[in-house]
Amino acid sequence: MTGTAPDALRFTAVGQVFAAAAGAVEALRGVDMAVRRHEFVAVLGPSGCGKSTLLRLTAGLLQPTTGEVRVFGRPVTEPRDDVGIVFQKPTLLPWASVEDNVVFPIRHRHGRVSRTEREEAREILATVGLEGFDKRLPAELSGGMQQRVGIARALLLDPDILLMDEPFSALDALTREEMGFELLRIWQARPKTVLFITHSINEAVLLADRVIVMSERPGHVVRDLPVPLPRPRNIVTTQSKDMHEFAGHLRAHLLKRAA
Amino acid sequence: MSSQDTSALISSSAPPDDGAAPAAQPPHNWLRAAAATPGVLPVATFAAILIVWEAAARAFAIPSFVLPAPTRIAGGFEAVTAGRWIEHIWATLRVALIGFAVSILVALPIAIGLTRSRILSACLYPLLVVIQSTPVVAIAPIIIVVLGSGDAPRIVITFLIAFFPLVVSMTTGLMATPPELIELSRSLRAPVSREFTQIRIPYAVPYIFSGLKISITLAVIGAVVAEFVAAEKGIGYFIQFSTSFFKLPQAWAGLGLLVFISLMLFQSVVLAQRVFFPWSLPKRQP
Ligand SMILES: Nc1ncnc2c1ncn2[C@@H]1O[C@H](COP(=O)(O)OP(=O)(O)O)[C@@H](O)[C@H]1O
Ligand SMILES: [Mg+2]
Repeated sequence: MTGTAPDALRFTAVGQVFAAAAGAVEALRGVDMAVRRHEFVAVLGPSGCGKSTLLRLTAGLLQPTTGEVRVFGRPVTEPRDDVGIVFQKPTLLPWASVEDNVVFPIRHRHGRVSRTEREEAREILATVGLEGFDKRLPAELSGGMQQRVGIARALLLDPDILLMDEPFSALDALTREEMGFELLRIWQARPKTVLFITHSINEAVLLADRVIVMSERPGHVVRDLPVPLPRPRNIVTTQSKDMHEFAGHLRAHLLKRAA
Repeated sequence: MSSQDTSALISSSAPPDDGAAPAAQPPHNWLRAAAATPGVLPVATFAAILIVWEAAARAFAIPSFVLPAPTRIAGGFEAVTAGRWIEHIWATLRVALIGFAVSILVALPIAIGLTRSRILSACLYPLLVVIQSTPVVAIAPIIIVVLGSGDAPRIVITFLIAFFPLVVSMTTGLMATPPELIELSRSLRAPVSREFTQIRIPYAVPYIFSGLKISITLAVIGAVVAEFVAAEKGIGYFIQFSTSFFKLPQAWAGLGLLVFISLMLFQSVVLAQRVFFPWSLPKRQP
């Protein structure tokens, strides 16, 4: 990357304090990090360390108490159009068909949906492996398929930045791995800047270009490690010695902190 | 293990209503089939109660002003003409339905206000609780005096009795939306009105319907209470009028009719949910 293009995402000395009934909660303290355009970065950290807060700050749903969050060089003052969010639970609208769920952001934003936008939605559904499911209701789909709909919904506005908050943690182990590969495939087909929050070391290593390890609350970045695995990654990668070595290395880091 | 042992084991461990093994079904199959048909059990129970009631009323010669036999109550329907009955039914039904509609129209904006603003909620909620705690039956005469004759005071009384459960269920429903969807809405910078029309209100539909089911029966009660205080028509009026002339069988007939109307209205709400919002029904009906 040349020095002229701004980072897709940059946190500078970001601190976040929440006022709560039981006193103030300091969620983040002095977070410094940057993500390049179309980079896939995983964030690992204990629960409650402020990972979701990091995401909300990026999405412009929250303003930092101290420090600054910049997206493509501009301070984030409100939600942006080029950011898509995938939540831990799919949180689809139970009364709306799969297709209506995918076009929901457009309908919600502009009040109506054009025919071409619906066509686009069906195309994206095909991309995430849900061709022909557009008229189904969410309740008729498995957990993994529902999360695919959630991903399709986030992709519809073709965001440059995709924020994913433990998107596969509610899925069973096998579906989870499958969804990981699926995500890599989608990411290759439609390059995006991905900030991917997870609890799983293996998932982080398998998917990301770089793994950011956060401390206990108040959260800050304690490790920022590039993943030394070639792409494209697949099942073979999961069995490779390099992957195991790096995951072990990362695990040792995390355990040392826990001890 | 012998084959006899095995079959004993299977039949004893199989759940009684398991239809997977029809060959193993016990001989009194028809009873179970009848019980499985919807509506059969309630109707049978109701019929049994009527028979016992009738028998007891005759056997012990219970005076009709204490408890008239079902056949005497049926005779009570002949006390007035069908045309008069329809007038009475219409008077009560009209007030109940308009009061119910007003309750919905008032409860929804209040619930939205309570959901949107913590300050409004702090101001309004105690007031609502005070209104709810006031015995409407006690202030009904005052309302009649203030608002005069006609439907208006009766509708107000009905509304006061029926609207509170709606406010509670609607507010609960509007707050039950997953926070992620509210964040999604905010991240799209959509107008707040759409947060309500496209997310919160549809999400509240199951809650709203539980409120509607309670409210519609309360609306009938409200209409009858209003007629007890002041009316010259309506089933509540008819019951009071009949009682004051010791015509108990016809008062009971009016009561039966009232129960029937309540049930029909309740079932209409259930049906409306099933037809228009099938996705909002729980996965298994209890
Ligand atoms: N809106 C809020 N108000 C008060 N406290 C909050 C709020 N959001 C998060 N927190 C607190 O901040 C800390 C970090 O939360 P979060 O970012 O959700 O952590 P993580 O996603 O890493 O589990 C937690 O202790 C949480 O209770
Ligand atoms: Mg979280």
